[in-house]
Amino acid sequence: MIPATFDYIRPASLDEACHVLRDAGDSGDDVKVLAGGQSLLPLLRLRLAYPSALVDLGRLPGLRGVEDRGDHVFIGALTTHDEVLRSPVVREHVPLVAMATATVADPAVRHRGTFGGSLAHADPAGDLPAVALALDCVFIARSAEGEREIPAAEFFTDYLETALRPGEVLIGVRAPKLGADWGFHYEKFTRTAQAWAIVGVAAAVRSEGGDIAEARIGLTNMGPTPLRAQVAEEALRGLGVAHGNGGGPAPGSAPGSAPDGARDPVRDACGQAAEGASPPSDLHARPDYRAHLARVLTYRAVRAASA
Amino acid sequence: MTEQLDAGLVGRQIAESDQLGDPKDGREVGRARRRKEDARLITGRTTWTDNIQLPGMLYVAFLRSPIAHARITRVDASAARARPGVVAALTGRDFADEQGSLPCAWPVSEDVVIPDHPPMASDEVRYVGEAVACVVATDRYKAVDALEAIEVDYEPLEAVLDMTEALAEGSPKVHEAGNQAFTWKFSGGDAEAAFRDAPVVIDRTYVQQRLIPTAMEPRAVVATTDGGSFTVYSATQIPHILRVMLALTTGIPEHRLRVIAPDVGGGFGSKLQVTAEEVLCLLLTRRLGKPVKWTESRSEGNLTVHHGRDQIQKISLAAERDGRIRGVRVDLLADMGAYLMLVTPGIPLLGAFMYNGIYKMDAYDFRCTGVFTTKMPTDAYRGAGRPEATFAIERTVDELAHELGMDPLEVRRRNWITHQEFPYATIAGLTYDSGNYEAATDRAMALLGYDKLRAEQADRRDRRDPVQLGIGVSTYTEMCGLAPSRVLGSLSYGAGGWEHAAVRVLPTGKVEVVTGSSAHGQGHETAWSQIAADALGVPFEDVSVLHGDTAIAPQGMDTYGSRSLVVGGIAVLRACEKVKAKAAELAAHLLEASPDDVEFSTGTFAVRGTSEGKTIQELALAAFAAHDLPEGFEPRLDAEVTFDPENFSFPHGTHLCAAEVDTETGMVRIRSYVAVDDVGHVVNPLIVEGQVHGGIAQGIAQALFEEAVYDSDGNLLTTTMADYLIPSAADLPDFVTDRTETPAASNPLGVKGVGEAGTIASTPAVVNAIVDALRPYGVNDVPMPCTPERVWRTLAGAAPPGSTAAGRGGAGESEGGER
Repeated sequence: MIPATFDYIRPASLDEACHVLRDAGDSGDDVKVLAGGQSLLPLLRLRLAYPSALVDLGRLPGLRGVEDRGDHVFIGALTTHDEVLRSPVVREHVPLVAMATATVADPAVRHRGTFGGSLAHADPAGDLPAVALALDCVFIARSAEGEREIPAAEFFTDYLETALRPGEVLIGVRAPKLGADWGFHYEKFTRTAQAWAIVGVAAAVRSEGGDIAEARIGLTNMGPTPLRAQVAEEALRGLGVAHGNGGGPAPGSAPGSAPDGARDPVRDACGQAAEGASPPSDLHARPDYRAHLARVLTYRAVRAASA
Repeated sequence: MTEQLDAGLVGRQIAESDQLGDPKDGREVGRARRRKEDARLITGRTTWTDNIQLPGMLYVAFLRSPIAHARITRVDASAARARPGVVAALTGRDFADEQGSLPCAWPVSEDVVIPDHPPMASDEVRYVGEAVACVVATDRYKAVDALEAIEVDYEPLEAVLDMTEALAEGSPKVHEAGNQAFTWKFSGGDAEAAFRDAPVVIDRTYVQQRLIPTAMEPRAVVATTDGGSFTVYSATQIPHILRVMLALTTGIPEHRLRVIAPDVGGGFGSKLQVTAEEVLCLLLTRRLGKPVKWTESRSEGNLTVHHGRDQIQKISLAAERDGRIRGVRVDLLADMGAYLMLVTPGIPLLGAFMYNGIYKMDAYDFRCTGVFTTKMPTDAYRGAGRPEATFAIERTVDELAHELGMDPLEVRRRNWITHQEFPYATIAGLTYDSGNYEAATDRAMALLGYDKLRAEQADRRDRRDPVQLGIGVSTYTEMCGLAPSRVLGSLSYGAGGWEHAAVRVLPTGKVEVVTGSSAHGQGHETAWSQIAADALGVPFEDVSVLHGDTAIAPQGMDTYGSRSLVVGGIAVLRACEKVKAKAAELAAHLLEASPDDVEFSTGTFAVRGTSEGKTIQELALAAFAAHDLPEGFEPRLDAEVTFDPENFSFPHGTHLCAAEVDTETGMVRIRSYVAVDDVGHVVNPLIVEGQVHGGIAQGIAQALFEEAVYDSDGNLLTTTMADYLIPSAADLPDFVTDRTETPAASNPLGVKGVGEAGTIASTPAVVNAIVDALRPYGVNDVPMPCTPERVWRTLAGAAPPGSTAAGRGGAGESEGGER
């Protein structure tokens, strides 16, 4: 649990940080951005990562905090999970972010770990990437050349890989406010309270007169990147949530059937939640079990979000 | 309000009533004292081994084998020596002449094979994590960095991972002599007769998965020398045993070796060991003349702290149709890992006498085969043999109940030893001194609301609720308080089971208690102070307890096997009584009375019928001054005692677990957990409560969470806490605890051991609950740990309710890793 040697750079301003990162990128150095350190430091300590330098943004001014900006909420990249949780703006306008953040690790981690760091780390087992996808958030990146916007759907490119270019820093995320006709739920499945999600489902559902008008479903830990369950989303459109019931399948019966044997179309639609996913295999779950969980948990999340 | 909440309230009231007010009779024993050691332990303002800084200190890092089984063809540490800050880089060959072989103190049988176990491998490695080289440097970072410069060439050999395959003809060998470490047999009664024509025979196989003891404080060693003598600080449970063993292993004379266990942050058996790192640090300080320190990382610890459990249990139970048990047969395979460490082969034997549990039966037959594999050696882990035995019998008795269509508690009632029958000589040759299984069970059923939960279970089954409810029972006893020396001798154990205590009343009347028990979190300082305060009639605050340093507490057998109170605590009491007798003699002399006329009451020795008396403090000063002493009376008021127990200690109790199983996801949630333990008289209810809570948590951890997993090449996959799951408080239910108090007949305080009871009891209670919930699905077992995926796969392979298909356990399992 002792990291290899690395250089440590603490720029005084965002501009300086961008320049340091650009120079490092030009010279081919493996430089990592350090924010709260809750994901990066364990990788260093286990010697799974050997960066030549860390650029510590932790104390930079201006990247921390939550702002109500009319049609969206802006969350600064260095806002800690705990600050996100305590923000009335987040709770009122983007409650799905609060629901998922509340499940991140434990209070100690939430006091150090940051919203932006967790997204830029792009761990598909992290809770926030799936939420950002479900909400169609917009990522704001800054480099020495200026700012650019990256839609959530384009941000997560591969396992621990993002669309951020060398020399770019994630400075914050715009989370659109969704109207009063939207409901939200984050359903996380873990073996212990502090563990990463075996599977997580972030659901945002817009209801119209008892029917599902639109469902957006982000999946945690169902592939090398966070995913949208697009097939299930399509299948859910227009279904009446009132048809469903809260029960599960009868013992021994197939997933998708209700206890009384009647078909529940919402459950059937959620049964397609794992379509197109390529879930990982690890000690906690093999792929077929993850796919099964994605179907069950999507049903639970959609029902809770449309309740 | 649910039954659970009602029971929780009762539990809290009971707990609180222990803490309220002063004890009725002014006695310390029985009082829920807060632990006097806790302030320093909780704030960390104390000496842990890793805190120790000595002038000129060097830091050690070990290079460990990345291969399960290989011949070492070349090791070259020269490049590491050139790294900055490196003082030495050494390989197994460098230690060949001095490192000896790590000891096994329990040669259990005539056929036991004890392979050479060099602290640092030089020719062959036999598990991933075995040390092959080390670097000593001026700081820890430089030492770890330089490990990367050491070159080792390995010629891979076949890994040996599966116990059954290891014993098969033609298996690759872990050691020249083969893979069988020992065989051991024991029987009582006529098992042939018991099983012949038995109306009911239950045959089951249970797997006790491999566990990694995870003490909060990692292992750490500091070794230092002044050139002539040596001091080893270690986060160990056993400073005294370690001193003897280090002397025997390294040849350093015992009288020039001091071992100190500073405050130690938990052990659970994992620090009942003589480790390679302890020996090598001692050799390094001798070689370099400088103090050296090594502290393991958590991942290093997962690889190289000895593991626990890892047994395959074949158990057969023969019974009458009315539920009466005729006999039990057990055939055990026990994974030793690659070597026999301090008590490795003895662990399954500690369970050998417990497979009969609390039940009467005519016959019992036990055999065990120890097997070598290319994995980390196993050894003591909380309960050590007894959790495994208790699990097997308590699971099997539930299976019997199911087979007969009886309530699991009713089957137990028909078989258990009734309270009138104590002392009871069991079929396994032990004499249980006392117990009242009926009382503990009745209390537990009331606290759980057993009948109401059974009704809810029936309702959920009728409704085909996706969340099913199960109730698991565990009526356990265990043998602890290790142990009468003659019994240990009969089991070929390498030492006795006594304990030492010294009590000194200082000139100012304050008291020092010196104990050979080496606390590592249990609260000895508080409990021993309570015992001494009562025995000597001095204030609790006036007692200090000294331990854990062979120069301060020179004699001892240390702490394991729930032995501290029932052996070490009794030694303290006996030493106090000796001091008191001496004080009484002096009081009689000073009061010019006959010793027969002197009475002791709350710290004062008085002549019967008079108000004339001497306090123990006055007598201590008089004994110290020594101006006027009786003929032949030695100055000073002190005494020491070495106490050897006459019997084991047999705590017992009834644990009930209600668990909800989500049949859609496989998730198990413990809805309520009731533990009614009988640990005899209680010295400190708060300490007992803490031991019970921690013990239950650790047992639940085996049932639901923990498993050391090796892959098919013999690599440990669970090297971090992200992979090896330890439950935290957030993952555990509110435990409802209560006690019955049936005093032990074998010691003057009437106390029994409590350190392992919760762990022994809880694992089968939880698994029984899960299986009970899933009986309608034809499930009769779920392998541990009962993870959501395992439960789901078991259900996926099981028969739906109403089907006539045979029940199954663990169906659909095909493990990714070897177990």
